Amino acid sequence: MSTNLLLKRRGNLRVPRLLLLPPVLIALAMVIPLWYLLLRTAEADSALLRELLFRPRTLQLLLNTLALTAYVLVLSTAIGVPLAWLTVRTDLPGRRLVTFLAVMPLAIPGYVMAHALLSLGGNSGLLAMLGLSVSRPGGLHGASWALSLYAFPYIFLNTRSALLSLDPGTEESARSIGYGPAQVFLKVIIPLISPGLVAGWVIVTLYTLGDFGAVALMRYEVFSYAIYTQYAAAFDRVYAAALALILVGLTAGPLWLEAHFLRSRYVARVGSGVARRTAITPRGPWLIPALFFVTAVVAASLGLPVLTLIYWMTLRSPLPVLHRVAGFFANSVAAALPAALVAVVMVLPVAYLRTRFPSRIARLAERSVYIGYAVPPLALALAMVFFSLRAVPWLYQSLTLLVFTYSLNFLALAMGPIRSALMLAPRRLEEAARSTGRGPVPAFLLTVLPILRKGIFASLTLVFVMAMKELPIAFLLAPTGFTTLSVAVFSRTSEGMLAEAAPYAAAIVLLSSMFVGLMLRYEGQEFS
Amino acid sequence: MRIPVLFVTFALVLTSGVYASGARESDASTITLYSGRGESLVQPLVERFEEETGIRVQVRYGGTAELAVLLQEEGARSPADVFWGQDGGALGALSRADLLADLPEDILAGIPQIYRNSTGNWVATSGRARVLAFDPRSIPENDLPTSVFDLTAEKYRGNVAWAPTNGSFQAFVTAMRVVHGDETTSRWIRDMLANDVQIYRNNTSIVEAIAAGEVAMGITNNYYLLRFLAADPAYPVRQTFFEANDTGNLVNVAGAGVLKTSTNPDGALQFIRFLLSSVAQQYFTTEIFEYPVVDTVEMNPQLVRYDQLLDITPEVDLDTLEDLEATLSLLRSAGAL
Repeated sequence: MSTNLLLKRRGNLRVPRLLLLPPVLIALAMVIPLWYLLLRTAEADSALLRELLFRPRTLQLLLNTLALTAYVLVLSTAIGVPLAWLTVRTDLPGRRLVTFLAVMPLAIPGYVMAHALLSLGGNSGLLAMLGLSVSRPGGLHGASWALSLYAFPYIFLNTRSALLSLDPGTEESARSIGYGPAQVFLKVIIPLISPGLVAGWVIVTLYTLGDFGAVALMRYEVFSYAIYTQYAAAFDRVYAAALALILVGLTAGPLWLEAHFLRSRYVARVGSGVARRTAITPRGPWLIPALFFVTAVVAASLGLPVLTLIYWMTLRSPLPVLHRVAGFFANSVAAALPAALVAVVMVLPVAYLRTRFPSRIARLAERSVYIGYAVPPLALALAMVFFSLRAVPWLYQSLTLLVFTYSLNFLALAMGPIRSALMLAPRRLEEAARSTGRGPVPAFLLTVLPILRKGIFASLTLVFVMAMKELPIAFLLAPTGFTTLSVAVFSRTSEGMLAEAAPYAAAIVLLSSMFVGLMLRYEGQEFS
Repeated sequence: MRIPVLFVTFALVLTSGVYASGARESDASTITLYSGRGESLVQPLVERFEEETGIRVQVRYGGTAELAVLLQEEGARSPADVFWGQDGGALGALSRADLLADLPEDILAGIPQIYRNSTGNWVATSGRARVLAFDPRSIPENDLPTSVFDLTAEKYRGNVAWAPTNGSFQAFVTAMRVVHGDETTSRWIRDMLANDVQIYRNNTSIVEAIAAGEVAMGITNNYYLLRFLAADPAYPVRQTFFEANDTGNLVNVAGAGVLKTSTNPDGALQFIRFLLSSVAQQYFTTEIFEYPVVDTVEMNPQLVRYDQLLDITPEVDLDTLEDLEATLSLLRSAGAL
């Protein structure tokens, strides 16, 4: 009924020219890695390329990748969505703490999570100490659990910002026309939070396709294995580029599905600008299972890895290296914080255009954001090396370039929460503000930005925490002598010194937890 | 609203100057080192070097493979003076890409054949022996295989671990190809796969799997277990060599070379000389359990003696170990990669 009205209104609002600039720039920047990969692939000898690709093992690796992705999606949704629901829509005791704890697993480096799960089983494992003889996890199950336990926060955060932005009025209306709670959930809430959920799925899918470390430690062979082998064993950029292109191609499927899904959705609050606090469902008999669920998730996703880190630190005291940890700590912040801010600033206009003026350019820019996340990070870093040495040699291996590359890499992470929040922010508000004679920018700042705050905070958190852990880009593009915490960790684990690496890994977790805590505090101001 | 705090922080950090300073060219008083070797073991040596020579070392830490690929991408524009990598394959790749400068004869003098390549544009800085790590609880000492070829025996089915993506493993396969030929090597790989060899991510995870009782033995490098034992003396894994001259006893190397594009080749050479000096060599042996490439250091009691090692290990040219392509192709066609 209101579609026509909206379409008509859309005609009245002209796209501010300036708003087109950032999306176009982003789309152009995303051409760099693709161009680079094509350029390198063009150097390949086709016979060798065929030998590499057309063998039964490639098919096996692709099938394994598919199985892993499906498993991780199911598992991380089963963990992330109920947690989001419990923290936003119930009066679960300690909701704020649970929210914090549910975001934190993002900060756990993959190798720590894998080792933590591995240390459960085996002769000297945790369970063996309790008298249980269990073999160590591994294969598809082990890899899926390891990935899901630190990827579910993507689902959690995306679902949560969607739930937070819901207008209680919608549910009340549904109830008033006789919907029961189950119907409200299925017919009202699920459709409303689905953009957020789908955004989370896309990120988890891309993440799973690209992850190599934890999956390899769990001894499950996937397609990213082939790319890694090509770079790491053959020291080769050419055939690795061809494999990377295939990986990018693999991501086209889920991205197309998401685009198709989003095109058919327009959800917005019809009520006031800032939503009332959403209704809280009584906890009732669900309290005990809910608490049990939360405890189990936190114990597995945070407790185990933190225990593992503590165990390593008892083997070798972190005290003598504390001053070094502090130095790297500062470097990590200097890279990750601006990366988070730049990513959010870059993604805002793209998401705004996409939801308000969904032209072809807007859709293209929005899709291009995902290229940065779909290209294997090592390939992205090499592309930036290639590009910057030719175009802007004075910026090569500068912190600016590192920050910019991080932003490109993680734009896709920033996109989800902001876009979901924008989709739920009523267009009418800006129109009202515009009708009072304000320009488009003041209208946006006055009306939309406040509603977006939660989404923005979620985006900042995602990018910051991921940039803290990031590796190959830091190897290649950080200023020489500028060692970040994640490089310090790698620099020890690569020599088999797990105990020495622990303080630096712990610092990553600690720093990320401080940031997450800070974000949640700001975010909560509205209601506290 | 306190969000501005964040932006102020951002602005402050932005203006602090670090953001705009790109890669600096080295002058006579600095060198830039790309190090695939870990920070915790490089840093003390770098500090010592800086003290002795007054030359400042800017270090970029990263994975050996990633840095080797980076150097190829940078080509003539590389700001690096020295590359120090964890395995010979990476240096071989750079040598083939014509990125490494010839080292003066005297640097290589006195270094045994297994630690130098004939091109003379890079040199081993330490040796890393391939060994068999095992679980003494499940394999009695007298039941251990005497040759790497014994690992395909039925009694070891499902009980041997390897790490096929690992550089040292691939160098060992190359050595086997050189000594025994492609056909024998290919058969060995297929027999290993048929004997349900267990695949691991790297040497560290092989040693951990043995400790966990998941697998009875694995072929790995000598220093991982020793580093674990240094952190935890009760670590339940032991290791041994195969019989003398077995390919399974190959000595791999970590090595270093000077980039052709170095803007401070003198400083770079000084650093290489320092890595070969008895100070650095003693450090590799004592602190990180690797084998010295010169005979002037006191051996770590946990390692076999310098001359003994030369007896045990097969004599394989470093140059021939650089032929990775054929090895990878063979591993792929046998289904191991």
